[in-house]
Amino acid sequence: MNIIVCIKQVPDTTEVRIDPSTGTLVREGVPSIINPFDENAIEAALQLVEAHGGCVTILTMGPPQAEQALRDALAMGADRAVLICDRAFAGSDTLATSYTLAQAIRSLGDFDLILCGKQAFDGDTAQVGPGLAEQLGLPQVTYAINIEVDGKKVRVKRLLDDRFEVVETRLPALLTVVKQINDPRHAGLRGVMKARKAEIPVLTAGDIEADITRCGLNGSPTNVVRVFSPQRHGQGEKLEGEPDEVARQLFEKLHTAQIV
Amino acid sequence: MDFAFTEEQQDIFAAVDELCEEFFAPRAEEVDEAGAWPQENADMMAQSDLMGVPVPEEYGGMGMGFLEWAIIGEKLSSACTTSGAIFGAHMLCVYPLMFFATEEQKQKYLIPLAKGEHVGAFGLTEPNAGSDAGNVQTRAELKGDEYILNGSKVFITNAGEAQTYVVIGNVAPETGTRGLTAFIVEKGFPGFEFGKNEKKMAYGSLPNRELIFNDCRVPVENVLYKPRGGFRVAMQTLDVGRIGMAIGAVGLAANALQKAVAYSQARVQFDRPICEFQMVQKMLADMTVDLEAGRWLTYNAAWRKDQGLNFEKEAAMAKLYTSEMCGRVTDHAVQIHGGYGYTREYGVERLFREAKLFEIVEGTSEIQRLVIANKLLKEIRKK
Repeated sequence: MNIIVCIKQVPDTTEVRIDPSTGTLVREGVPSIINPFDENAIEAALQLVEAHGGCVTILTMGPPQAEQALRDALAMGADRAVLICDRAFAGSDTLATSYTLAQAIRSLGDFDLILCGKQAFDGDTAQVGPGLAEQLGLPQVTYAINIEVDGKKVRVKRLLDDRFEVVETRLPALLTVVKQINDPRHAGLRGVMKARKAEIPVLTAGDIEADITRCGLNGSPTNVVRVFSPQRHGQGEKLEGEPDEVARQLFEKLHTAQIV
Repeated sequence: MDFAFTEEQQDIFAAVDELCEEFFAPRAEEVDEAGAWPQENADMMAQSDLMGVPVPEEYGGMGMGFLEWAIIGEKLSSACTTSGAIFGAHMLCVYPLMFFATEEQKQKYLIPLAKGEHVGAFGLTEPNAGSDAGNVQTRAELKGDEYILNGSKVFITNAGEAQTYVVIGNVAPETGTRGLTAFIVEKGFPGFEFGKNEKKMAYGSLPNRELIFNDCRVPVENVLYKPRGGFRVAMQTLDVGRIGMAIGAVGLAANALQKAVAYSQARVQFDRPICEFQMVQKMLADMTVDLEAGRWLTYNAAWRKDQGLNFEKEAAMAKLYTSEMCGRVTDHAVQIHGGYGYTREYGVERLFREAKLFEIVEGTSEIQRLVIANKLLKEIRKK
């Protein structure tokens, strides 16, 4: 089976700094890594191909330096990697990104499965995976914690807040994965050496026949007005005791606060 | 003279750094406390292609040099001394096979060792043949197309866990070193057994067992190099082994220094972090210089080996200096930690205990000085 994994290069920090004047992420001086959830997607793809045969292709849209993320993915064992890179793509929001990825995937030929991380570590929108499925007209299953491929069908266990859900769909399909799905492998020396030598093709807007008005800033209706760290408001309060008593206390508090 | 690493080397080392940081270092204490062979660590070394770094690619290795092998070993040892020791002892089996084995022997034994499917060990030391390595009494008698081995080896690292052993026996003990012969012995050969696992000052999870040969039958095709060629095999293996010991000592000392620096910055006395006090700074400065001197002695020995230059004296110098340096650096590291350094909480008391090993194994410091003086006098006589 042929699997495409869409990845994003993100800054390696949990303390993302925001430039207050532009409202964008500060990337200078911060080393870049593969979005951690995307590493889970790569691992899931490698395991599926180990079990069923086939080929894992890694795809990313980004600046020229995003090539390093692709090489890191190749070092883990992916078969090939493609960089989608053009000035026309700069400033893409999630809509323009999913459109551009969809155009690139159309230009790559047949595939059985697209895997993405559930969301990116920096933007945290969780929109590109589902958006891409819509662009390509594919069934989508998000938050996958287990994937079983059986012929032309895939059975996916989804991790939801309070339950698991098992969904079956036909292939090709797009799945997004959660971190609990697996433990991404470390690149061995052989993988690092192979990745160093790999040719990484670059696709431009022309190569993927993209409509420029739908790419980059032009194709991005999202307007980030302001980005800020939320203020923490007061502490939560935990009510404990017998259900009747707790309900009464809750009612009183809500009543006092004039909510009910 | 170029001290820079190539981009390829930098990429390789960065991958090993990441592996050490994410896998080996966080579990190092646990591995040591367990007192059992760390199979998961051995598996990770194999999966990550660390077990055959200098072995040619056609024999399952990475086709790199001994310098790369040395630096990878240093990083491993810094993250987890026990894993570094397994890595080093493995090479004592891999190296003689790389250098002396026939094509058939390489196909059968070297490839699985280089791929990490098998672990290797090397057996030279005996109860009465330590520094006096020529006094090997393990008897090897030719009977038909087999050698019959009788005797025992002691303190053998990786013993019991390794599948392949390069063992030095003697076909004519009365002729001393001239009778020494190297054999490739598989775990499971009839008459080959393991004795008790030694209880040691440190390295509770590293196996050091006796190898017991009781009419052990070894096919003649498992002679490594040639009958009566064992002294050469042993000496050349030990030359590389000394670089292996030096990288272990450098890695361990680097870990101790890092811990000492971190502690000295965090520990506040008299309202200041103790790293601001000059007597602590003196120790940190001495440790840094000492470590760096040992590191470059070691890299130089490995580099000379890769260049095909004489490296025996340099390897002995690196082994001697780094093992004693490691003792000094870990001593300072405990001292900087004060009372907490003497407890098990910060891990430096373990490094202090582990450091002592390096002054003893693979030729004591006394033997290294003899080797160095010998080589030096020979060089001067030649001129």
